[in-house]
Amino acid sequence: MTHELRELYQEVILDHGKRPRNLREIEGARHKADGYNPLCGDRATIYLTLEGDVVKDASFVGKGCSISTASASMMTEAIKGKTRAEAEALFERFHALVTGEAPAVGAPALGKLEVFSGVSEFPVRVKCASLPWHTLKAALQGEAAAVSTETGAE
Amino acid sequence: MSQTESARATSSSFDVAAVRRDFPILKTTVHDKPLVYLDSAASAQKPQVVIDAERRVYEESYANVHRGVHQLSMRATDLYEGARVKVQKLLKAASHKEIVFTRGTTEAVNLVASSYGRRHVGAGDEVLITGLEHHSNIVPWQMLCEEKGARLRVAPLNDAGEVVFEELERLITPRTRIVSVAHVSNALGTVLPIARIVAAAHAQGVPVFVDGAQSVPRLPVDVRALGCDFYAFSGHKAYGPSGTGVLYGRADLLSSMPPYQGGGDMILSVTFEKTIYNDIPYKFEAGTPNIAGAIALGTAVDYMTALGLEAIHSYEDELLAYGTERLATVPGLTLIGTAAEKTGVLSFVLDGVHPHDIGTVLDYEGIAIRTGHHCAQPVMDRFGIPATARASLAFYNTREEIDALVLGLHKVREMFA
Repeated sequence: MTHELRELYQEVILDHGKRPRNLREIEGARHKADGYNPLCGDRATIYLTLEGDVVKDASFVGKGCSISTASASMMTEAIKGKTRAEAEALFERFHALVTGEAPAVGAPALGKLEVFSGVSEFPVRVKCASLPWHTLKAALQGEAAAVSTETGAE
Repeated sequence: MSQTESARATSSSFDVAAVRRDFPILKTTVHDKPLVYLDSAASAQKPQVVIDAERRVYEESYANVHRGVHQLSMRATDLYEGARVKVQKLLKAASHKEIVFTRGTTEAVNLVASSYGRRHVGAGDEVLITGLEHHSNIVPWQMLCEEKGARLRVAPLNDAGEVVFEELERLITPRTRIVSVAHVSNALGTVLPIARIVAAAHAQGVPVFVDGAQSVPRLPVDVRALGCDFYAFSGHKAYGPSGTGVLYGRADLLSSMPPYQGGGDMILSVTFEKTIYNDIPYKFEAGTPNIAGAIALGTAVDYMTALGLEAIHSYEDELLAYGTERLATVPGLTLIGTAAEKTGVLSFVLDGVHPHDIGTVLDYEGIAIRTGHHCAQPVMDRFGIPATARASLAFYNTREEIDALVLGLHKVREMFA
């Protein structure tokens, strides 16, 4: 396997792709949004429970490639305990990582999410990694409408 | 096995090694691996003669067509009209006037939906398509139906990916104004029984449009034997330039249809009071066309004709049979689309691996396949899957390339499954 491919499909990503965490519905979740990438048919529904401004629980269901599944899985882990503003700042930092842009000044540390750095070498896969995050943003804002990667979300 | 031996083993009459030398891009490498191009159903590669033909137009014979009295314009016009005759002969149409140059199949569908459709489809009428159509043979009709208050009806597929003929026949009603079907499915490779569909539609006085984007590059097509009223294909899938295409229409139908776009070349005379439209096919070719592209498409037609569509078809069918057999050896692989009459396409899913991941890993093996819904989302929905991986074949592909695909799929499985 080549270097770039190994960078893309790191063990942690393959693991979360095969055995995603928080793969479940949250019944009666008040914050929920559907994400869809019509180019590859990937779907992700994000469920959130908020207490005040803090994410208490996060989960997802959906069908997608290993990158989008791992991204959703690791995202739900990363945002628990974060405030809305912190979660959104994390998304901005994550987005800069997968598109290969420099992080904004004062951006939060990504921690485990750094494993997605290899995505920046694969422009067609950026949408796979970012779909769950775009959907999260909609769920945080309580938007009922579905998010599509092809309607300016990217 | 060397490439030459492989060719002999595959077909005694088809020299694939020689054919491959005609396609310069097949010598390139991808990620340091020899290119294995299995995406010809999306767009086919071009032989050197086609590349040369387009370049030579600009070097030696370029001017606008149908306009000048000067030498170059006449030369360009002769070449452009010569290409039209080549296409006429390829499709076995009765007259070159029945051949309209378009940007591709998509524009041809839009032309007929807009011109014929707007005139003949009204409120409460029906347009009949099938469940395996490409988006380009769905959306233009949907737009027409929405505008007119008409209804789009869809003939269903069985589990093999074949159109259920009896259902299709039942859906041809007194309200049906046109039937529009693919000759070969781009997503599944299913070959539709066009002559039978035409007979059923004509029995009710309904005309038939055939999307030939996948069939013209791989099957002998005879529009008069099929009996269809319209037939369209894209140049870029038939080894010609992108941005070229053809609409065949029966002369009496084309003559009775209003123009599609207005502009130069589609008129005989223009005053501010009244415009008299040109004769067919020019009535449907407003503006300066893709002159060099159409001429090079004529060269692509010459190239396919010299190889022989029968020979191309039988070679590709042997490859398809070989590919079907080899893919069956990959654990967890399911073919989507197992029609008895099938050509050119191996669409599949792999247990536990998303098609997108298959495509990325294969790319690093130099293997180009298509992953996704193939512009046929309703087909994916029919089979309850979001996407497939699709290897599509052309006459320049070899058994060795199928073997490379199978080897690549084993690597994919090692990684993900």
